[in-house]
Amino acid sequence: MEMRAIYAECLARLMEQDRRVVLLDADLAKASGTLGLRSRFPDRIFDCGIAEQNMASIAAGLSSYGFKPWIESFTPFATRRICDQIAISISYAKQNVKIVGTDPGICAELNGGTHMSMEDIGVLRSIPGVVIFEPVDGVQLRAAMPVLDAYEGPVYVRLFRKELPNVFGPDYRFDLFSADVLREGTDLSIFVSGMLTADALQAAERLAAEGISCDVVNVHTIKPIDRKTVVASAKKTGAVLTVENHNVIGGLHSAVLEALAKEKIPVFAVGVQDRFGEVGKLPYLREAMGLTVENMVRTAKEAVALK
Amino acid sequence: MKTDLKAICQDIRCDVAESIGHLGVGHIGGCLSVVELLAVLYFREMRIDPAQPNMPGRDRFVCSKGHAGPAVYAALAERGYFDRSLLLTLNQGGTNLPSHCDCNRTPGVDMTTGSLGQGFSCAVGAALGAKLAKDGAIVYTLIGDGETQEGQIWEAAMFAAAKKLDNLIGFTDYNKLQIDGTVEEVNGIAPLAEKWAAFGWNVIDVEDGNDVEQVLAAVQHAKLGVGGGKPTMVLLNTVKGCGIHWVEELRSGNHNTNFTAEQAAAAVREIRGEA
Repeated sequence: MEMRAIYAECLARLMEQDRRVVLLDADLAKASGTLGLRSRFPDRIFDCGIAEQNMASIAAGLSSYGFKPWIESFTPFATRRICDQIAISISYAKQNVKIVGTDPGICAELNGGTHMSMEDIGVLRSIPGVVIFEPVDGVQLRAAMPVLDAYEGPVYVRLFRKELPNVFGPDYRFDLFSADVLREGTDLSIFVSGMLTADALQAAERLAAEGISCDVVNVHTIKPIDRKTVVASAKKTGAVLTVENHNVIGGLHSAVLEALAKEKIPVFAVGVQDRFGEVGKLPYLREAMGLTVENMVRTAKEAVALK
Repeated sequence: MKTDLKAICQDIRCDVAESIGHLGVGHIGGCLSVVELLAVLYFREMRIDPAQPNMPGRDRFVCSKGHAGPAVYAALAERGYFDRSLLLTLNQGGTNLPSHCDCNRTPGVDMTTGSLGQGFSCAVGAALGAKLAKDGAIVYTLIGDGETQEGQIWEAAMFAAAKKLDNLIGFTDYNKLQIDGTVEEVNGIAPLAEKWAAFGWNVIDVEDGNDVEQVLAAVQHAKLGVGGGKPTMVLLNTVKGCGIHWVEELRSGNHNTNFTAEQAAAAVREIRGEA
């Protein structure tokens, strides 16, 4: 099942349970998977047209009136395009708005560089009060949606739209502010979020075959980062690799570095090397940006060698 | 509650002069131009209760030109939301009366504003909320004429008309001045009435937005539009710095200017007609 379908299904359940939940989109409901909800909730879904700034501030106004708005668009238009509205109308004003950005990083594929957000986490991470959550699979997203609804305050959901392999099983227990240790090891900690998590697990498997034992930790919430889990894992293994579908400046790598600022531990990165995106399908873009299992294995070895 | 609107306007004007004078600097021009509107809304037309600033179903006022905060605070204090003595904490470190309106700090402030254009959209969102809640609330919002240059204003204008938000009444402080010159020199917005009409709004043009009787009549006229399917924009032709002659004469220079306690004392005499 596609991630957007799971998102829409969960949102519909929230809307059924609570009349205060409303949805605003900006002419991308089809892409976000929520177009089908309009006929079910005609009085609580609003297409703002291609006017994302207005959408964000209207959501803040609805929140000031006691409603619980969700807004959605492609990732760059849900973040960098409206970062002042998120900063002032939403977070500074302490409004309870959930922001869903779809197609993060290279996932924009054929829409290319203009639609690829390599900086969205960095932009929002520097705004006080915004929680940043990047789901790794449908199990986690399903578990997260009611938690996000219950959390009072702005949350940015960095949503891969299409199908993702399940990382978690049916017994998964979600905590918005706790990272999940997926695999335990002794030589290296891999911190990863979102769509690359399954790849990071593959990389850990390959490294294990070469005698390097890895912690793999899914940092689904990049802000506030679960400092306790990150520091404990890094101190245990003594070397770190971060893996992200985002610029290595401002995102997970930066967040982990900040958490480990007082530790004498090498922290290496697999991520977008401070460049814009380009058109292409995912396999091409993974190669072009170095977001491959091979690069994870290679970079992991460099980190371990520095110990 | 005081009822003499002209006297209330004098009181608000004096409060603005004294609070900004106590600090020594502030956005005095765009505060003085909107005094009559604030008096009409807070003392005559809005369904509010100062004892319950968060009362459900109350009418809202979003001051999208957030730099008019000192005038809003003066109106709120005069109306009884908090003690007038707090006005002298304006913009001091730790104050609950910051230069730009903050709904998390000041009782009676319905939305945080200051980044121009955004408050207007927030007011549209509140008007939509009132429609959903079916509580009959009217949302009033004030934008600056310079603020009208923000693209977000027109995004919100389209949305409000498309969604038939007839419970939204906007006001433009049309004082024709902004920081770097006249509005028409900097980036012309005329013809404003035609623009709002073209965007699907009722338009009411008030010849003198600093004549409190004209403003009162306009607000009452605007309220007749509630239920008519269209939002309403009231254009208030105002004077930036209205009430203090030398501030008026500074023209664009009065947007944010030094203003001493001595000048405030003289201004109070002028406003009270004692000079």
